[in-house]
Formats: sequence, structure tokens, C-alpha cells
Amino acid sequence: MPTFNPMSRRQVLQGLLMATAASALPPWQVLAQHNGPKTRVIPSTGDTVPLVGLGSWITFNVGDDPELLEQCADVMAAFFESGGRMIDSSPMYGSSQATIGYGLDKLDAYERVFSADKLWTSSPDEGRDQIEASRSDWGVSRFDLLQVHNLRAWRENLETLLTMKDDGELRYVGITTSHGRRHDEFETIMRDYPLDFVQLTYNPVDREAEQRLLPLAREREIGVIVNRPFQQGRLIDRLGDHDLPDWASEVGAETWAQLILKFIISHPDVTCAIPATTQVEHVRENMAAASSPLPDDDMRQRIAETIGEL
Amino acid sequence: MSEWWTYRPEDFLLFSPRVYWRLFELHNADWWPLQIVALLAGLSILTALLRPRPWSSRLNGIILAAGWGFVAWAFLWQRYAPINWAIEYVVPLFALQALLLLGVLSSGWLTLPDRRRLPRYIGLALTLYAVMLHPLIPLMSGRSWQMAEIFAMTPDPLAIATLGLLVGAHPARWAWPLMAIPLLWCLLSWITLDTMGSSTAWVPLIAIGLALLGRFWPRTGRANST
Ligand SMILES: NC(=O)c1ccc[n+]([C@@H]2O[C@H](COP(=O)([O-])OP(=O)(O)OC[C@H]3O[C@@H](n4cnc5c(N)ncnc54)[C@H](OP(=O)(O)O)[C@@H]3O)[C@@H](O)[C@H]2O)c1
Repeated sequence: MPTFNPMSRRQVLQGLLMATAASALPPWQVLAQHNGPKTRVIPSTGDTVPLVGLGSWITFNVGDDPELLEQCADVMAAFFESGGRMIDSSPMYGSSQATIGYGLDKLDAYERVFSADKLWTSSPDEGRDQIEASRSDWGVSRFDLLQVHNLRAWRENLETLLTMKDDGELRYVGITTSHGRRHDEFETIMRDYPLDFVQLTYNPVDREAEQRLLPLAREREIGVIVNRPFQQGRLIDRLGDHDLPDWASEVGAETWAQLILKFIISHPDVTCAIPATTQVEHVRENMAAASSPLPDDDMRQRIAETIGEL
Repeated sequence: MSEWWTYRPEDFLLFSPRVYWRLFELHNADWWPLQIVALLAGLSILTALLRPRPWSSRLNGIILAAGWGFVAWAFLWQRYAPINWAIEYVVPLFALQALLLLGVLSSGWLTLPDRRRLPRYIGLALTLYAVMLHPLIPLMSGRSWQMAEIFAMTPDPLAIATLGLLVGAHPARWAWPLMAIPLLWCLLSWITLDTMGSSTAWVPLIAIGLALLGRFWPRTGRANST
């Protein structure tokens, strides 16, 4: 006969209190407390962020379309429920910032989000106004991270961001590039300026960053955000005609998307990959990739070779 | 822009086809039943091309100017610009086109062709297409008919019909300035649709080709004149 341990009155009360507290929390806070995604340390502060975040280029540019705004909010809800935090956007991305603001407001997720936005202007005098307009679209009190988008007017714009950081208006400062563009200039800025983050393209077929930028990020203690993990979806479309190799299960990857993400985030110098998606299933799938086991060096090589050949 | 050669048209497309086509669906729903008025206005332009009257040019100048003004404000500014910041620079051009049409056509400086010559037929074909057939494109492409692009309410059929009206109009020195913005819009629309992978991207491109063919067609022969 099974034994039954009667709970003390105190235990029952504690349980009830916890359940009540939990029910008052947004669902992602309860979930994230238990089996959240793997995180990585932000080198400049020692804080952590989940290894997978959320991009917003094209996917969140839905204008005032009420139906599509709801779909984006659903994606954000699933992202937070899966333990996600970093969302990346830019004033260049049409209405994406306002869409994120809509989702944050609806989900009351201001505390949860790690807000990563960009400064994108060739008129540095307008930088502050642009940042204020972006902040108002997001609805956050201040940004966690602002990056100079695609090195646009980077000298002056970086100065603006570094001043904001000094004044306590911003936590982190970064720069971005993509498609392997302007890596030489990128490298120089990484050497000369006190950056917290860089954002660049890296995936099993775009590996140029491994040569100089990723080692330099480690040396200079700069966090690395990875954009275009799926080459804007083209990589996955290309792989879609092929079966996932059996050995993918050894690293816990059930889909090509997860195998790619696991390849990216297993690089020790990567802080966070930011795939974009319009689909709740995809955001869940992507977040689930930020879990053990991650590929070791041999497996990483195998992933890159296999995907490179297909 | 540095390393410009590494950029492809896709890098400048800010939105997905799904979001683009939904613009028309929402626009149609918001403005119903204005579509009926727009269709009648389109028929008036067709009639003017079939049987030009002394007042045709003036009336259609007003209709087209209203169309360009409406599309600039209600479609481009209110709907399209939020997902495509580049459209903010196009809106003033549409407003300018409205003023030009109003100024030139209503002052009677431009007359519509009354001779049965190729430019006139091209004009008729373009306008007929823009008013009657272009709205059917969603059905051909497997999209909902609610996404229909209606003349005088959305830019592509408006630009094509404007080219249709102007292609045979004379004198050329007044027709050309009025055709510049519609031609530019068709070019932009072709690039956008082609980058989106739309199967009907060739439509604005053909409109450009036909309009140029009609405009450059020699004006001298009188063999077919009525
Ligand atoms: N210079 C810069 O600063 C820069 C440049 C490029 C990108 N970025 C940032 O990086 C983010 C990511 O890059 P990206 O958006 O260009 O491309 P991406 O994340 O590589 O690819 C996005 C595409 O992948 C598809 N996708 C996502 N998850 C999937 C899954 N699990 N299975 C199958 N398909 C999936 C999405 O389609 P569905 O919607 O169907 O899921 C979407 O079309 C951007 O959104 C942006 O925030 C920054």
C-alpha cells in the first residue's frame, strides 16, 4: 500500500501562496523559472541572456493590420513563454518597432524583454530624435542595447550612444553589419571603441566571422549577436528538400532550423542568435534549440560540411 | 552606400507579399462602396477615348487628378508608407501629378486623339485593362478577390489608365510631362512585384513598353484618319 505523507499546515499554506503568486505572474515567468533556454554571459557586465532571441526584419513589419498585429503578438507570447528575452529591431524595419510595442503592451512584457534596437541615420544631428521615436514605438522606458545600424555614420552615431550610456540612459552599446559586409572597418571599430555588443551574420555557410571577428570579440570581451541565422529563410528552404541526417538527434536537433541554430550558438564567442519568424511553431522550435546537448567541435565541423554540401 | 554591389533588390524589400496584398484587402473593406464610383469614373475615361468630345479632356483631368490625390493620401500615405518608408518620398510626386493633370487637362492644352491610329488603340487597351481587367488579377494569382486593385483607388491601375489616356494625346510637349510620374511609378511597381516574386510583375512593365511605343509612334500618316 503506498504511503502517503500528510503535509504540514505550513507546507499547505506555502504551496497555496506559491500557486497564487504563480497564477498572478505572466505565464512566461512561471515557465522560464523552470526549464528556460540556455543562457550566455554578456562579457561586459556578467549579466546573462538566453542564447536565442527574436529578430523583426520583415516579419513584424505589418503596418496597422489588426489581424497580423495579433499574429505577431502571438509569436512574442510564445517567445516569452519559451524563456526568450532579446528582441532586435531598427527604425529601418518599417512598422516593426510599433508592432513590438503593441506586443509588449498586450503581454505586459516590459520587464521581460531585453530591448535591442538600432540607430540608423546618416544625419547624426537627428540621432537623438530617432532614438526617442523608436523608444516611444517600443513603449519601453529606455533601451537595453542600441547599435549603430550597418555602420551608418558610425563615428558620430557611436559617440551619441556612448554618451547616452555614460549618462545612464542606455545599458549597452553596439554596432551591426550583415552579409559579411565591411568586416575590416568593423574590426577597427571593435579594437578602438568600448563596445558591449557586435551584431554580424554567422551560420554554417557564412563562416567568415570565425576568422577574425569572433576571436577579436573574445579578446575584447564583446558580446556577439548573430543575425541572418537562416539567410533570411533561404538556407532552410534549400535544405527543405533533404532529409535531416540521423546523427542530428545526437545534439537534440529535430529540424534543420534547430541544427543550424545549435551550430551557431555552440560557438563559444556567440552570445545570442536572433532568428525572425511569423510563426508560433517556429519560435518555439527555435527557442527549443537553446538547450543541451550542444555540438562539440567535431560535430560542428560535421554540421558545416553537411549543410555546405547540400 | 559602400559595397553597393553586394546589395540585391531583396535587401530593400521591407515587407512580405502577405502584408503587401493585405493592404488592398483592408483598403477595399474600409472604402466600400467607393469602388462603384471609381469604376464609373474609369468608364468615363474609356468613353472619352472611344468618342472624344470637346469637354472630355477637362472632365477626365478632374477625374484623374482626384484619383491621384486620393491614392496619394488614402493609399500611399495612410496604408503603404507605414510598411515602406520610401513611399513617403513618392507621396509628393503623386500630389504633383494630381496638380499637373488638373492644370494641363482642365485648361484644354491637351487634346485626346480622334484618329484611328495605333497610339489611340494602345491607349484604349491600356485603359480598358486598368479599369476592367486589372481588378481580376488576384483571381488569376490564386488570391482573394477582396484584394482587387481598383482604378483611382490604388496606384497601379491608376498609373496605367493615366498612361492610356495620354499615350495618343497631343501635343507631345504637354503629354510627356504628364506621363513621367506614371511611368516612374510603373517602373517602381515592376521592381517591387518582381522582387516579391509576384507572377504578375510583368504587367506594369508591359504598360511602360506600350506607352512608350504609342508615344514614339510616328504621328505623320493620315491614311487611317476619320
Ligand atoms: N545589419 C543588421 O543589423 C541586420 C541585418 C540582417 C538582419 N538583422 C536582424 O537579424 C534578424 C534575423 O535575420 P533575418 O530576419 O534577415 O533572417 P533569418 O532569421 O535568417 O530568417 C528569417 C526567415 O526564416 C524563417 N524561419 C524562422 N524560423 C524558422 C524555422 N524554425 N523553420 C523554418 N523557417 C524558419 C522565417 O519564416 P517564417 O516566418 O515562416 O517562420 C523567416 O522568413 C532580423 O530579423 C533582424 O532583426 C540585422
